[in-house]
Amino acid sequence: MKNIYKIQLIGVGGQGTIKASTVIGEAAMKKGLNVVMSEVHGMAQRGGTVVTEFKIGDADSPLIEEGAADLMIAFEPSEALRAINKVNKNSFVIVNNSPIVPFTVSLGISEYPELSSVFEELKTKINHLIIIDAQKIAKEAGNIISENMVLLGAAIATPGFPISKELIIQSMKENLPPKSIETNLKAFEMGFKEVKM
Amino acid sequence: MKVKEILTEKEGGKLFLLGNEAAVRGALEGGVSLVSTYPGTPSSEIGNVFYKIAQDAGVYFEFSSNEKVALEVSAAAAASGLRSFVFMKHVGLNVAADSFMSTVYTGVKGGMIVLSADDPSMYSSQNEQDNRIMARLAGIPLLEPSNPQEVKDLMKFGFELSEKYEIPVLMRTTTRISHMRGVVELGPVLKGKEKGFFQKNPGQYVVMPAFAVKMREKLIEKLGMIKEDANNSSLNKIIDKGGKSLGIVTSGGAYNYVMDVVSENDLKVKILKLAFSHPFPEQAVLDFINSVDNILVVEEVEPVMENEVLAIIGKYDLRKKVYGKLDGTLPRIYEFNPDIVSSGMAKVVDKELIKREKFSTKLSLPLRPPVLCPGCPHRATSFALKKAIKKLKLKEEDIIYSSDIGCYALAIQEPYKMADYCISMGSSLGIGCGFAKATDQKVISFIGDSTFFHAGMAGLVNAVHNRDSLLLVVLDNRITGMTGGQTNPGTPLDGMGNPAPEVSIEGIAQGAGAKFVKTVDPFNLKETEKVFKEALQCEEVAVVITKHPCAMLTDAQNKKNGINIKYAVNQEKCIKCLICVKNFSCPAIYIEKDGLVSINPLLCDGCGLCVQVCPKKAIEVKK
Repeated sequence: MKNIYKIQLIGVGGQGTIKASTVIGEAAMKKGLNVVMSEVHGMAQRGGTVVTEFKIGDADSPLIEEGAADLMIAFEPSEALRAINKVNKNSFVIVNNSPIVPFTVSLGISEYPELSSVFEELKTKINHLIIIDAQKIAKEAGNIISENMVLLGAAIATPGFPISKELIIQSMKENLPPKSIETNLKAFEMGFKEVKM
Repeated sequence: MKVKEILTEKEGGKLFLLGNEAAVRGALEGGVSLVSTYPGTPSSEIGNVFYKIAQDAGVYFEFSSNEKVALEVSAAAAASGLRSFVFMKHVGLNVAADSFMSTVYTGVKGGMIVLSADDPSMYSSQNEQDNRIMARLAGIPLLEPSNPQEVKDLMKFGFELSEKYEIPVLMRTTTRISHMRGVVELGPVLKGKEKGFFQKNPGQYVVMPAFAVKMREKLIEKLGMIKEDANNSSLNKIIDKGGKSLGIVTSGGAYNYVMDVVSENDLKVKILKLAFSHPFPEQAVLDFINSVDNILVVEEVEPVMENEVLAIIGKYDLRKKVYGKLDGTLPRIYEFNPDIVSSGMAKVVDKELIKREKFSTKLSLPLRPPVLCPGCPHRATSFALKKAIKKLKLKEEDIIYSSDIGCYALAIQEPYKMADYCISMGSSLGIGCGFAKATDQKVISFIGDSTFFHAGMAGLVNAVHNRDSLLLVVLDNRITGMTGGQTNPGTPLDGMGNPAPEVSIEGIAQGAGAKFVKTVDPFNLKETEKVFKEALQCEEVAVVITKHPCAMLTDAQNKKNGINIKYAVNQEKCIKCLICVKNFSCPAIYIEKDGLVSINPLLCDGCGLCVQVCPKKAIEVKK
């Protein structure tokens, strides 16, 4: 079997999921690794579920087999459950703890589950579950918009992540706007420190 | 990566490119001179990149008013000896089809590539049509890339092939290829010719019957020669993993899944990957068939290659089993993925394939359908119209909402439910005309500015001429919004960002002979409601243009100007009437667990429409 590292990201439009993915992907390329990634564009500019999946290593398709993700970063708690079919009990799963309640809930067309039951279910299924208050940390770093970098920082601190912190930081500098890079780097470092393993 | 690196990065360099970005680089490496399109997902990002770099690249680029026009612009450039590139989503090729078919007959001088981005699983489309069949219908050579590197490389190859046989070339991508990112190794950018010259030759370029019969003969002759090229092409390659019991014929995105399943399970199979797949390389496939015991065809959407393989088997009277879509080994609907391909292959290989435990959840998850953005002017239009309808005491069942392709079709959702019929670009008008004749119900047609220019104008002319009583609402948000914000003929900028004349929708409506034509800013809800009330009582064609920039534009403008206004609910004034939540329905406004109405500052774009909606003035600027 070949050595392939599989990452699933899931969030809600506007949370910077694709940006975080691009940072990882370009860093992998810089390391000389092959990387294939799948993004979602179109219909939902904002508000819909946004998924990116990628495989780093000797793979052709960017889509991850069910149960095969090594790492999942969920930018929103209920979204972690939406992609639960992609992980297994040994996957590392990083979950942002602040919910984004869609308008369908306010209109009574759908329900948002109790947060405690969301985390309960994740805990029973996943051995390496890391719940992060990315909103609070991003706020401390200077801007709530940097949530994605908090989660990215936490992700790369997990064991087995195939790219060094230095390369990720370099990729951040090349992909994020210069005027917000300081805040983003701070958010990233704070996220990194959240994971103690 | 910065967008301009797609142009400036040197030969030998590597970029992490989206399939669509790779198409741009490929066109540049192929010496393209003229590029045209009408935006359509999943092909849209190609245009977004050209918008930013065409000028620097010395390439002419335009967002044409529709796909047919775009194809014609590129066809004329190619007839003048320039290399041209036109791209669109799969259903865009239906709009362009009339000229597409004939351009294959006339042929070209400079290389011409038509890219169709198909959308298996219909992530952002109305159907799942497979344009490899379109290639067969037109008789055009077809290229099918599997990843961004191949997209780039095949562009260059496509121009050469096109020039060699003086025929346009069709490139078929799918969503997963267009929106897949991968490492792409670059070649040198080739500067295209600046101007062409059209050498007159009516026998070649005028499709009158007497000439067309000759063109048809010539086309069949060309296809015969191109088939030989396909048979000998290194783009059609065999990957031999040892063992001859199963041969897999595959192409495009499906190839990637096959490879991942084969690698993971260490399967001893032989794979024929076809990237130059029409004219179908009969001899190459025949040789492949003869080298294996049985065949599995793995392809996305229709059993196109499977039928070709079966035809070869029939023609040469072979005894081979062919697995694929026709016998149910693989599904005929929707996009593939590694799991689908794996379960199909599990039926035909004599080995247990890796299967993993699959988690699922019993909790019901919140629905997140695509939704009109906070600050969207279409919400204002919908809200004002709904109010006017209520005030006039019109019954919902007596109104037919004929919608169109664009963000406003999202008003199909609660609480507006204003889309009853919608089939294609511009259909709101033709369909509206039909309902106006067939029923006594009130017809309201919705169309966006870009869609109006694209295919709505002929429908309006029809409505006026045939005295149809319908209300046409043109939601003019000054941009082609749903595909990510491209310019259109109503925008004062062209496809390269240069100043351009704004075409007036009001002028067109008046020119067509509509007597009731009014333009209103939907952000003035009261005034808009008033205009709608008048228009709804009109017995003939009434045109209301609701004109206000797309929220993406105002958000970008505000960001640039450092304006960051957010609104919040003053809980002392709020009486929880929920008009803002239930009737207006902005995604930023929600009900908290304790029943309080709240505004999510992350989503609020500061448009302030909700202030007009609130009867108690309980929504205020957040301090």
